[in-house]
Amino acid sequence: MRISKNVASLKPSGIRKFFELIIGRDDVISLGVGEPDFPVPWRIREEIIYSLEKGITSYTSNYGLYELREKISEYYKKFGVNCGVDNIVVTTGVSEAIDIAIRSILNFGESILIPEPCYVSYSPLTILAGGIALSYPTNPDFIPYYEDMIKIAERAERDGRKIKAIIINYPNNPTGVSYTKNTLEEIADFAVEKDLIVISDEIYAELSYSFKHISIAALEGMFERTIILNGFSKAYAMTGLRVGYVIAPEDLINAMLKIHQYCMLCAPVISQVGAIEALRSEDELDEMREEYIRRRNYIVKKLRNVLDVRKPDGAFYIFPSIKNTGLSSEEFAKKLLFEKNVAVVPGNAFGESGEGYIRCAYAVNMDKLKEAVGRIVEFVENL
Amino acid sequence: MDKKAKDILKLLENNARLSYEEIAEMLGISEKEVEEVVKKAEENGIILKYKTLVNWERAGEEPVYAVIDVRVTLTREKNYDDIAKRIAKYPEVHAVRLISGDYDFQVVVKGKSLKDVSFFVAEKISTIPEVLTTVTHFVLRTYKEEGVLLFKEEDDRRLAITP
Repeated sequence: MRISKNVASLKPSGIRKFFELIIGRDDVISLGVGEPDFPVPWRIREEIIYSLEKGITSYTSNYGLYELREKISEYYKKFGVNCGVDNIVVTTGVSEAIDIAIRSILNFGESILIPEPCYVSYSPLTILAGGIALSYPTNPDFIPYYEDMIKIAERAERDGRKIKAIIINYPNNPTGVSYTKNTLEEIADFAVEKDLIVISDEIYAELSYSFKHISIAALEGMFERTIILNGFSKAYAMTGLRVGYVIAPEDLINAMLKIHQYCMLCAPVISQVGAIEALRSEDELDEMREEYIRRRNYIVKKLRNVLDVRKPDGAFYIFPSIKNTGLSSEEFAKKLLFEKNVAVVPGNAFGESGEGYIRCAYAVNMDKLKEAVGRIVEFVENL
Repeated sequence: MDKKAKDILKLLENNARLSYEEIAEMLGISEKEVEEVVKKAEENGIILKYKTLVNWERAGEEPVYAVIDVRVTLTREKNYDDIAKRIAKYPEVHAVRLISGDYDFQVVVKGKSLKDVSFFVAEKISTIPEVLTTVTHFVLRTYKEEGVLLFKEEDDRRLAITP
Protein backbone atom coordinates (compact mmCIF):
# COMPACT_ATOMS: atom_id res chain seq x y z
CA MET A 1 0.00 0.00 0.00
CA ARG A 2 1.29 3.42 -0.92
CA ILE A 3 -0.35 5.19 2.01
CA SER A 4 1.18 4.97 5.46
CA LYS A 5 -0.65 2.55 7.73
CA ASN A 6 -0.98 5.28 10.30
CA VAL A 7 -2.73 7.62 7.89
CA ALA A 8 -4.85 4.87 6.43
CA SER A 9 -6.03 3.95 9.91
CA LEU A 10 -7.54 7.38 10.49
CA LYS A 11 -11.31 7.46 10.15
CA PRO A 12 -12.71 9.98 7.68
CA SER A 13 -13.83 13.15 9.41
CA GLY A 14 -17.53 13.15 10.30
CA ILE A 15 -17.59 16.85 9.62
CA ARG A 16 -16.17 16.44 6.15
CA LYS A 17 -18.82 13.83 5.36
CA PHE A 18 -21.58 16.14 6.47
CA PHE A 19 -20.11 19.07 4.61
CA GLU A 20 -20.49 17.16 1.33
CA LEU A 21 -24.23 16.83 1.95
CA ILE A 22 -24.66 20.56 2.23
CA ILE A 23 -22.78 21.53 -0.92
CA GLY A 24 -25.22 22.51 -3.62
CA ARG A 25 -28.14 23.14 -1.29
CA ASP A 26 -29.45 26.69 -1.35
CA ASP A 27 -30.77 28.74 1.55
CA VAL A 28 -29.31 26.54 4.23
CA ILE A 29 -29.04 28.27 7.59
CA SER A 30 -25.94 26.81 9.09
CA LEU A 31 -25.42 26.39 12.80
CA GLY A 32 -22.49 24.21 11.86
CA VAL A 33 -19.83 26.87 11.54
CA GLY A 34 -17.08 26.74 14.10
CA GLU A 35 -15.92 30.29 13.55
CA PRO A 36 -17.20 33.72 14.58
CA ASP A 37 -19.63 35.63 12.38
CA PHE A 38 -18.06 38.91 13.50
CA PRO A 39 -15.65 40.27 10.93
CA VAL A 40 -11.99 40.76 11.84
CA PRO A 41 -11.94 44.23 13.45
CA TRP A 42 -11.11 46.83 10.84
CA ARG A 43 -8.09 48.17 12.75
CA ILE A 44 -6.46 44.74 12.42
CA ARG A 45 -7.20 44.47 8.71
CA GLU A 46 -5.84 47.99 8.15
CA GLU A 47 -2.63 47.05 9.93
CA ILE A 48 -2.22 43.96 7.74
CA ILE A 49 -2.85 45.94 4.55
CA TYR A 50 -0.35 48.56 5.68
CA SER A 51 2.24 45.91 6.48
CA LEU A 52 1.93 44.57 2.94
CA GLU A 53 2.36 48.09 1.56
CA LYS A 54 5.52 48.46 3.62
CA GLY A 55 6.77 45.18 2.16
CA ILE A 56 6.69 43.16 5.37
CA THR A 57 6.66 39.79 3.66
CA SER A 58 9.76 37.92 4.79
CA TYR A 59 10.36 35.08 7.26
CA THR A 60 10.34 35.93 10.93
CA SER A 61 12.39 34.31 13.67
CA ASN A 62 11.28 30.70 14.28
CA TYR A 63 9.91 31.86 17.61
CA GLY A 64 7.77 34.55 15.97
CA LEU A 65 7.99 38.33 16.13
CA TYR A 66 9.51 39.52 19.38
CA GLU A 67 6.92 42.26 19.84
CA LEU A 68 4.10 39.77 19.45
CA ARG A 69 5.61 37.43 22.03
CA GLU A 70 6.04 40.36 24.42
CA LYS A 71 2.39 41.23 23.98
CA ILE A 72 1.27 37.61 24.48
CA SER A 73 3.31 37.36 27.68
CA GLU A 74 1.64 40.55 28.92
CA TYR A 75 -1.80 39.37 27.77
CA TYR A 76 -1.69 36.00 29.50
CA LYS A 77 -1.36 37.66 32.90
CA LYS A 78 -5.12 38.15 32.75
CA PHE A 79 -5.52 34.37 32.90
CA GLY A 80 -3.12 34.17 35.84
CA VAL A 81 0.06 33.13 34.02
CA ASN A 82 3.36 34.98 34.30
CA CYS A 83 5.65 33.80 31.55
CA GLY A 84 8.64 35.19 29.73
CA VAL A 85 9.03 35.90 26.04
CA ASP A 86 11.22 32.78 25.88
CA ASN A 87 8.27 30.62 26.93
CA ILE A 88 6.34 31.43 23.76
CA VAL A 89 6.41 30.19 20.17
CA VAL A 90 4.03 31.68 17.62
CA THR A 91 2.40 28.97 15.51
CA THR A 92 0.35 28.68 12.35
CA GLY A 93 -2.91 28.54 14.24
CA VAL A 94 -3.72 26.29 17.18
CA SER A 95 -3.91 23.32 14.79
CA GLU A 96 -0.15 23.37 14.38
CA ALA A 97 0.25 24.07 18.09
CA ILE A 98 -1.62 20.85 18.95
CA ASP A 99 0.54 18.91 16.53
CA ILE A 100 3.91 20.12 17.79
CA ALA A 101 2.81 19.87 21.43
CA ILE A 102 1.94 16.21 20.98
CA ARG A 103 4.94 15.34 18.84
CA SER A 104 7.38 17.05 21.19
CA ILE A 105 6.50 14.78 24.13
CA LEU A 106 5.28 11.49 22.75
CA ASN A 107 7.39 8.37 22.29
CA PHE A 108 6.12 5.59 20.07
CA GLY A 109 3.33 3.64 21.77
CA GLU A 110 2.76 6.11 24.60
CA SER A 111 -0.78 7.26 25.35
CA ILE A 112 -2.52 10.56 25.69
CA LEU A 113 -5.67 10.77 27.78
CA ILE A 114 -8.40 12.64 25.93
CA PRO A 115 -11.67 13.45 27.69
CA GLU A 116 -14.49 13.26 25.12
CA PRO A 117 -16.52 14.69 23.40
CA CYS A 118 -13.72 16.89 22.15
CA TYR A 119 -12.31 18.81 19.25
CA VAL A 120 -11.74 16.65 16.19
CA SER A 121 -7.98 16.75 15.84
CA TYR A 122 -6.62 15.55 19.19
CA SER A 123 -6.95 11.83 18.47
CA PRO A 124 -5.76 11.84 14.85
CA LEU A 125 -2.71 13.94 15.69
CA THR A 126 -1.86 11.60 18.56
CA ILE A 127 -2.09 8.61 16.23
CA LEU A 128 0.00 10.36 13.58
CA ALA A 129 2.64 10.96 16.25
CA GLY A 130 2.77 7.19 16.79
CA GLY A 131 0.86 7.36 20.03
CA ILE A 132 -2.33 5.90 21.41
CA ALA A 133 -5.37 8.14 21.87
CA LEU A 134 -6.93 7.03 25.11
CA SER A 135 -10.27 8.75 24.98
CA TYR A 136 -12.98 8.36 27.58
CA PRO A 137 -16.53 9.76 27.85
CA THR A 138 -17.22 12.59 30.28
CA ASN A 139 -21.00 12.29 29.88
CA PRO A 140 -23.44 13.42 31.08
CA ASP A 141 -22.07 16.70 32.43
CA PHE A 142 -18.88 16.73 30.34
CA ILE A 143 -16.52 17.41 33.23
CA PRO A 144 -13.33 15.36 33.72
CA TYR A 145 -13.49 14.24 37.36
CA TYR A 146 -10.50 13.12 39.36
CA GLU A 147 -11.98 9.72 40.27
CA ASP A 148 -12.86 8.87 36.67
CA MET A 149 -9.43 9.83 35.38
CA ILE A 150 -7.63 7.92 38.10
CA LYS A 151 -9.68 4.82 37.26
CA ILE A 152 -8.88 5.09 33.57
CA ALA A 153 -5.22 5.70 34.27
CA GLU A 154 -4.91 2.77 36.61
CA ARG A 155 -6.61 0.43 34.17
CA ALA A 156 -4.21 1.61 31.47
CA GLU A 157 -1.26 1.03 33.76
CA ARG A 158 -2.44 -2.50 34.47
CA ASP A 159 -2.55 -3.05 30.70
CA GLY A 160 1.06 -1.92 30.61
CA ARG A 161 0.40 1.40 28.94
CA LYS A 162 2.29 4.58 29.67
CA ILE A 163 0.16 7.72 29.77
CA LYS A 164 2.23 10.76 28.98
CA ALA A 165 -0.23 13.62 28.90
CA ILE A 166 -3.84 14.73 29.05
CA ILE A 167 -5.45 17.15 26.57
CA ILE A 168 -8.11 19.47 27.91
CA ASN A 169 -10.07 22.16 26.08
CA TYR A 170 -12.13 24.73 27.97
CA PRO A 171 -14.42 26.46 27.26
CA ASN A 172 -15.06 23.39 25.23
CA ASN A 173 -15.78 22.72 21.60
CA PRO A 174 -18.32 21.07 21.11
CA THR A 175 -20.02 21.09 24.54
CA GLY A 176 -19.65 24.76 25.55
CA VAL A 177 -18.77 23.55 29.06
CA SER A 178 -15.98 25.32 30.88
CA TYR A 179 -14.00 24.36 33.95
CA THR A 180 -14.13 26.12 37.30
CA LYS A 181 -11.10 26.44 39.52
CA ASN A 182 -12.29 23.35 41.42
CA THR A 183 -12.38 21.23 38.28
CA LEU A 184 -8.97 22.54 37.24
CA GLU A 185 -7.59 21.60 40.64
CA GLU A 186 -8.90 18.05 40.23
CA ILE A 187 -7.22 17.80 36.85
CA ALA A 188 -4.03 19.27 38.30
CA ASP A 189 -4.04 16.80 41.20
CA PHE A 190 -4.49 13.96 38.76
CA ALA A 191 -1.69 15.23 36.51
CA VAL A 192 0.70 15.61 39.44
CA GLU A 193 -0.18 12.21 40.87
CA LYS A 194 0.38 10.46 37.55
CA ASP A 195 3.22 12.79 36.52
CA LEU A 196 1.53 13.92 33.29
CA ILE A 197 1.91 16.90 31.04
CA VAL A 198 -1.28 18.89 30.56
CA ILE A 199 -1.96 20.19 27.06
CA SER A 200 -4.48 22.94 27.66
CA ASP A 201 -6.31 24.24 24.60
CA GLU A 202 -7.63 27.64 25.69
CA ILE A 203 -8.66 29.03 22.31
CA TYR A 204 -12.11 30.00 23.67
CA ALA A 205 -10.70 31.67 26.82
CA GLU A 206 -12.16 35.07 25.92
CA LEU A 207 -15.58 33.52 25.46
CA SER A 208 -16.16 32.50 29.05
CA TYR A 209 -19.54 33.65 30.34
CA SER A 210 -20.35 32.04 33.66
CA PHE A 211 -17.04 32.72 35.38
CA LYS A 212 -13.65 34.24 34.68
CA HIS A 213 -11.32 32.01 32.69
CA ILE A 214 -8.15 30.95 34.46
CA SER A 215 -5.41 28.92 32.88
CA ILE A 216 -4.58 25.61 34.51
CA ALA A 217 -0.95 26.72 34.27
CA ALA A 218 -1.82 29.41 36.83
CA LEU A 219 -2.36 26.80 39.55
CA GLU A 220 0.54 26.25 41.89
CA GLY A 221 3.27 24.10 40.42
CA MET A 222 1.37 23.58 37.15
CA PHE A 223 3.29 25.88 34.82
CA GLU A 224 6.14 23.39 34.80
CA ARG A 225 3.92 20.64 33.34
CA THR A 226 1.54 22.60 31.13
CA ILE A 227 1.54 23.46 27.45
CA ILE A 228 -0.96 26.25 26.84
CA LEU A 229 -2.42 26.51 23.33
CA ASN A 230 -4.19 29.65 22.23
CA GLY A 231 -4.61 31.89 19.21
CA PHE A 232 -6.49 34.64 17.46
CA SER A 233 -9.21 32.73 15.61
CA LYS A 234 -12.07 32.94 18.07
CA ALA A 235 -11.58 36.18 20.00
CA TYR A 236 -10.56 38.17 16.93
CA ALA A 237 -12.16 36.06 14.21
CA MET A 238 -8.79 35.70 12.43
CA THR A 239 -9.49 32.08 11.47
CA GLY A 240 -8.10 32.03 7.95
CA LEU A 241 -5.08 34.09 8.94
CA ARG A 242 -3.77 31.08 10.86
CA VAL A 243 -1.99 32.48 13.86
CA GLY A 244 -1.77 30.95 17.32
CA TYR A 245 0.83 30.22 19.96
CA VAL A 246 2.12 27.81 22.56
CA ILE A 247 3.22 28.79 26.06
CA ALA A 248 5.31 26.24 27.95
CA PRO A 249 8.35 25.76 30.19
CA GLU A 250 11.63 26.19 28.37
CA ASP A 251 12.56 22.55 27.77
CA LEU A 252 9.18 21.91 26.13
CA ILE A 253 9.36 25.16 24.16
CA ASN A 254 12.77 24.20 22.81
CA ALA A 255 11.47 20.78 21.82
CA MET A 256 8.44 22.24 20.05
CA LEU A 257 10.61 24.85 18.38
CA LYS A 258 12.71 22.08 16.83
CA ILE A 259 9.65 20.65 15.11
CA HIS A 260 8.16 24.04 14.25
CA GLN A 261 11.35 25.25 12.57
CA TYR A 262 11.40 22.27 10.22
CA CYS A 263 7.71 21.84 9.45
CA MET A 264 6.54 25.47 9.47
CA LEU A 265 9.59 27.71 9.79
CA CYS A 266 7.43 30.54 11.05
CA ALA A 267 3.80 31.64 11.18
CA PRO A 268 2.71 33.94 8.30
CA VAL A 269 4.30 37.31 8.97
CA ILE A 270 1.31 39.46 8.05
CA SER A 271 -0.86 37.42 10.38
CA GLN A 272 1.66 38.01 13.16
CA VAL A 273 1.51 41.74 12.46
CA GLY A 274 -2.29 41.56 12.64
CA ALA A 275 -2.03 39.66 15.91
CA ILE A 276 0.12 42.40 17.42
CA GLU A 277 -2.55 44.93 16.49
CA ALA A 278 -5.24 42.60 17.89
CA LEU A 279 -3.61 42.62 21.31
CA ARG A 280 -3.36 46.42 21.41
CA SER A 281 -6.99 46.72 22.45
CA GLU A 282 -9.74 44.64 23.97
CA ASP A 283 -12.51 47.08 23.18
CA GLU A 284 -14.34 44.80 20.78
CA LEU A 285 -14.27 41.82 23.12
CA ASP A 286 -16.85 42.98 25.65
CA GLU A 287 -19.37 43.86 22.99
CA MET A 288 -18.84 40.52 21.26
CA ARG A 289 -19.05 38.54 24.48
CA GLU A 290 -22.34 40.23 25.37
CA GLU A 291 -23.82 39.45 21.99
CA TYR A 292 -22.85 35.77 22.35
CA ILE A 293 -24.41 35.67 25.81
CA ARG A 294 -27.68 37.07 24.45
CA ARG A 295 -27.73 34.50 21.68
CA ARG A 296 -26.86 31.70 24.08
CA ASN A 297 -29.67 32.68 26.44
CA TYR A 298 -32.08 32.81 23.53
CA ILE A 299 -31.20 29.48 21.92
CA VAL A 300 -31.06 27.63 25.25
CA LYS A 301 -34.47 28.96 26.32
CA LYS A 302 -36.13 28.10 23.01
CA LEU A 303 -34.60 24.67 22.47
CA ARG A 304 -35.35 23.62 26.03
CA ASN A 305 -38.98 23.47 24.96
CA VAL A 306 -38.20 20.39 22.87
CA LEU A 307 -34.73 19.09 23.77
CA ASP A 308 -32.57 18.50 26.81
CA VAL A 309 -30.08 21.38 26.79
CA ARG A 310 -27.33 22.06 29.30
CA LYS A 311 -26.69 25.82 29.52
CA PRO A 312 -23.10 26.23 28.38
CA ASP A 313 -20.50 28.38 30.15
CA GLY A 314 -18.58 29.54 27.12
CA ALA A 315 -17.50 29.26 23.47
CA PHE A 316 -20.33 29.62 20.96
CA TYR A 317 -21.76 26.12 21.00
CA ILE A 318 -24.64 24.37 22.61
CA PHE A 319 -24.68 20.59 22.71
CA PRO A 320 -28.27 19.46 23.22
CA SER A 321 -29.17 15.84 23.74
CA ILE A 322 -31.48 14.49 21.06
CA LYS A 323 -31.97 11.11 22.72
CA ASN A 324 -35.67 11.83 23.35
CA THR A 325 -36.26 11.85 19.58
CA GLY A 326 -35.14 8.24 19.14
CA LEU A 327 -32.89 9.28 16.24
CA SER A 328 -29.14 8.88 16.03
CA SER A 329 -27.06 12.06 15.80
CA GLU A 330 -26.46 11.55 12.10
CA GLU A 331 -30.09 10.71 11.33
CA PHE A 332 -31.23 13.79 13.21
CA ALA A 333 -28.76 16.10 11.47
CA LYS A 334 -29.51 14.67 8.01
CA LYS A 335 -33.28 14.80 8.45
CA LEU A 336 -33.08 18.33 9.80
CA LEU A 337 -31.00 19.38 6.85
CA PHE A 338 -33.21 17.74 4.23
CA GLU A 339 -36.53 18.76 5.77
CA LYS A 340 -35.79 22.17 7.24
CA ASN A 341 -32.57 23.32 5.57
CA VAL A 342 -30.82 23.84 8.88
CA ALA A 343 -27.32 22.48 9.30
CA VAL A 344 -25.96 21.28 12.63
CA VAL A 345 -23.07 18.91 13.31
CA PRO A 346 -23.84 15.37 14.53
CA GLY A 347 -22.34 14.93 17.99
CA ASN A 348 -20.52 11.72 17.08
CA ALA A 349 -18.14 13.80 14.93
CA PHE A 350 -16.55 14.69 18.28
CA GLY A 351 -16.07 11.14 19.47
CA GLU A 352 -18.29 8.16 20.16
CA SER A 353 -19.56 9.71 23.37
CA GLY A 354 -21.02 12.55 21.31
CA GLU A 355 -23.60 10.11 19.95
CA GLY A 356 -27.07 11.24 20.96
CA TYR A 357 -26.15 14.90 20.77
CA ILE A 358 -25.88 17.63 18.13
CA ARG A 359 -23.64 20.67 18.10
CA CYS A 360 -25.29 23.98 17.25
CA ALA A 361 -23.04 27.01 16.88
CA TYR A 362 -24.68 30.33 17.61
CA ALA A 363 -22.12 32.20 15.54
CA VAL A 364 -24.87 33.62 13.32
CA ASN A 365 -26.76 36.88 13.68
CA MET A 366 -29.90 37.05 15.78
CA ASP A 367 -32.29 37.06 12.81
CA LYS A 368 -30.85 33.88 11.35
CA LEU A 369 -30.61 32.30 14.77
CA LYS A 370 -34.31 32.96 15.41
CA GLU A 371 -35.26 31.45 12.07
CA ALA A 372 -33.04 28.40 12.57
CA VAL A 373 -34.20 27.77 16.12
CA GLY A 374 -37.82 28.10 15.04
CA ARG A 375 -37.26 25.47 12.36
CA ILE A 376 -35.53 23.08 14.77
CA VAL A 377 -38.39 23.37 17.27
CA GLU A 378 -40.93 22.73 14.53
CA PHE A 379 -38.88 19.80 13.28
CA VAL A 380 -38.71 18.09 16.65
CA GLU A 381 -42.37 18.70 17.42
CA ASN A 382 -43.38 16.99 14.18
CA LEU A 383 -41.13 13.96 14.54
CA MET B 1 -28.34 53.32 35.78
CA ASP B 2 -27.82 49.61 36.40
CA LYS B 3 -26.33 47.21 33.87
CA LYS B 4 -29.63 45.49 33.16
CA ALA B 5 -31.30 48.77 32.14
CA LYS B 6 -28.31 49.69 30.01
CA ASP B 7 -28.40 46.31 28.27
CA ILE B 8 -32.08 46.76 27.48
CA LEU B 9 -31.55 50.26 26.09
CA LYS B 10 -28.62 49.11 23.97
CA LEU B 11 -30.74 46.34 22.43
CA LEU B 12 -33.60 48.75 21.69
CA GLU B 13 -31.25 51.37 20.31
CA ASN B 14 -30.16 48.84 17.73
CA ASN B 15 -33.60 47.37 17.07
CA ALA B 16 -36.66 49.14 18.41
CA ARG B 17 -38.98 46.37 17.24
CA LEU B 18 -37.74 43.75 19.69
CA SER B 19 -40.59 42.54 21.88
CA TYR B 20 -40.40 42.44 25.67
CA GLU B 21 -40.39 38.67 25.37
CA GLU B 22 -37.41 38.60 23.02
CA ILE B 23 -35.41 41.02 25.14
CA ALA B 24 -36.20 38.99 28.25
CA GLU B 25 -35.03 35.78 26.56
CA MET B 26 -31.78 37.32 25.37
CA LEU B 27 -30.88 38.83 28.72
CA GLY B 28 -32.17 35.97 30.82
CA ILE B 29 -34.56 38.16 32.85
CA SER B 30 -38.35 38.32 33.14
CA GLU B 31 -40.63 40.11 30.70
CA LYS B 32 -42.02 42.15 33.52
CA GLU B 33 -38.59 43.51 34.40
CA VAL B 34 -38.04 44.55 30.79
CA GLU B 35 -41.38 46.29 30.64
CA GLU B 36 -40.73 48.19 33.86
CA VAL B 37 -37.36 49.46 32.68
CA VAL B 38 -38.72 50.52 29.28
CA LYS B 39 -41.77 52.27 30.72
CA LYS B 40 -39.61 54.15 33.19
CA ALA B 41 -37.12 55.16 30.50
CA GLU B 42 -39.98 56.46 28.36
CA GLU B 43 -41.37 58.49 31.25
CA ASN B 44 -37.99 59.95 32.16
CA GLY B 45 -37.19 61.03 28.62
CA ILE B 46 -34.32 58.57 28.39
CA ILE B 47 -36.07 56.93 25.48
CA LEU B 48 -36.97 59.90 23.27
CA LYS B 49 -38.68 58.23 20.37
CA TYR B 50 -38.86 54.99 18.37
CA LYS B 51 -38.05 55.61 14.73
CA THR B 52 -37.01 53.84 11.58
CA LEU B 53 -33.81 54.48 9.68
CA VAL B 54 -34.95 54.77 6.05
CA ASN B 55 -32.67 54.77 3.04
CA TRP B 56 -34.77 57.24 1.04
CA GLU B 57 -32.48 57.13 -1.95
CA ARG B 58 -33.16 53.42 -2.27
CA ALA B 59 -36.86 54.27 -2.18
CA GLY B 60 -36.41 56.54 -5.19
CA GLU B 61 -36.62 59.78 -3.25
CA GLU B 62 -33.87 62.35 -3.31
CA PRO B 63 -34.03 64.54 -0.27
CA VAL B 64 -31.32 67.19 -0.09
CA TYR B 65 -29.28 67.46 3.05
CA ALA B 66 -26.88 70.25 3.87
CA VAL B 67 -24.52 70.76 6.76
CA ILE B 68 -24.37 74.44 7.70
CA ASP B 69 -21.62 75.96 9.77
CA VAL B 70 -22.95 78.92 11.68
CA ARG B 71 -20.91 81.57 13.50
CA VAL B 72 -22.81 83.74 15.98
CA THR B 73 -22.18 86.61 18.31
CA LEU B 74 -23.32 86.42 21.90
CA THR B 75 -24.95 89.23 23.85
CA ARG B 76 -26.13 89.62 27.44
CA GLU B 77 -29.64 88.87 26.33
CA LYS B 78 -28.92 86.02 23.94
CA ASN B 79 -26.70 83.08 24.81
CA TYR B 80 -26.01 79.87 22.86
CA ASP B 81 -29.14 78.14 24.14
CA ASP B 82 -31.41 80.97 23.03
CA ILE B 83 -29.99 81.04 19.52
CA ALA B 84 -29.93 77.25 19.19
CA LYS B 85 -33.55 76.96 20.19
CA ARG B 86 -34.57 79.53 17.57
CA ILE B 87 -32.82 77.54 14.88
CA ALA B 88 -33.94 74.14 16.13
CA LYS B 89 -37.64 74.91 16.04
CA TYR B 90 -37.80 74.98 12.24
CA PRO B 91 -39.08 71.64 10.96
CA GLU B 92 -36.56 71.84 8.10
CA VAL B 93 -33.77 71.60 10.65
CA HIS B 94 -32.72 68.01 11.19
CA ALA B 95 -30.06 68.53 13.86
CA VAL B 96 -28.41 71.38 15.75
CA ARG B 97 -25.17 70.97 17.62
CA LEU B 98 -22.92 73.38 19.49
CA ILE B 99 -19.42 72.59 18.31
CA SER B 100 -15.84 73.54 19.04
CA GLY B 101 -13.55 75.15 16.46
CA ASP B 102 -14.01 77.96 13.96
CA TYR B 103 -17.79 77.88 14.06
CA ASP B 104 -20.33 77.78 16.86
CA PHE B 105 -23.15 75.63 15.53
CA GLN B 106 -23.42 72.81 13.08
CA VAL B 107 -26.91 72.69 11.65
CA VAL B 108 -28.19 69.90 9.42
CA VAL B 109 -31.00 71.01 7.13
CA LYS B 110 -33.21 68.78 5.04
CA GLY B 111 -35.08 70.10 1.99
CA LYS B 112 -36.63 69.10 -1.31
CA SER B 113 -34.04 70.77 -3.53
CA LEU B 114 -30.80 72.75 -3.52
CA LYS B 115 -32.79 75.90 -4.01
CA ASP B 116 -35.14 75.00 -1.22
CA VAL B 117 -32.29 74.56 1.25
CA SER B 118 -30.35 77.59 0.04
CA PHE B 119 -33.33 79.90 0.44
CA PHE B 120 -34.13 78.45 3.82
CA VAL B 121 -30.62 79.26 5.03
CA ALA B 122 -30.65 82.73 3.47
CA GLU B 123 -34.08 83.66 4.73
CA LYS B 124 -34.38 81.93 8.07
CA ILE B 125 -30.92 81.38 9.50
CA SER B 126 -28.76 84.17 8.11
CA THR B 127 -31.36 86.72 9.11
CA ILE B 128 -31.24 85.88 12.79
CA PRO B 129 -29.61 89.00 14.27
CA GLU B 130 -26.92 87.08 16.21
CA VAL B 131 -25.80 85.07 13.18
CA LEU B 132 -22.59 86.50 11.74
CA THR B 133 -21.78 84.09 8.90
CA THR B 134 -22.93 80.76 7.49
CA VAL B 135 -21.20 78.25 5.24
CA THR B 136 -23.41 75.70 3.50
CA HIS B 137 -22.06 72.25 2.53
CA PHE B 138 -24.43 70.11 0.50
CA VAL B 139 -24.27 66.40 1.17
CA LEU B 140 -23.45 64.50 -2.01
CA ARG B 141 -23.51 60.96 -0.71
CA THR B 142 -23.91 59.30 2.67
CA TYR B 143 -21.80 56.25 3.43
CA LYS B 144 -22.70 55.65 7.04
CA GLU B 145 -25.68 56.88 9.01
CA GLU B 146 -26.40 56.28 12.68
CA GLY B 147 -23.71 53.62 12.75
CA VAL B 148 -25.23 51.75 9.79
CA LEU B 149 -23.17 51.26 6.64
CA LEU B 150 -25.11 52.28 3.53
CA PHE B 151 -23.00 50.21 1.18
CA LYS B 152 -23.01 46.45 0.81
CA GLU B 153 -21.07 44.72 3.51
CA GLU B 154 -18.80 41.79 2.78
CA ASP B 155 -20.47 38.47 2.07
CA ASP B 156 -20.24 35.68 4.59
CA ARG B 157 -17.46 33.59 3.12
CA ARG B 158 -17.37 31.00 5.86
CA LEU B 159 -17.79 27.36 4.91
CA ALA B 160 -21.13 25.89 5.97
CA ILE B 161 -19.60 23.34 8.33
CA THR B 162 -16.25 23.72 10.06
CA PRO B 163 -14.83 21.88 13.06
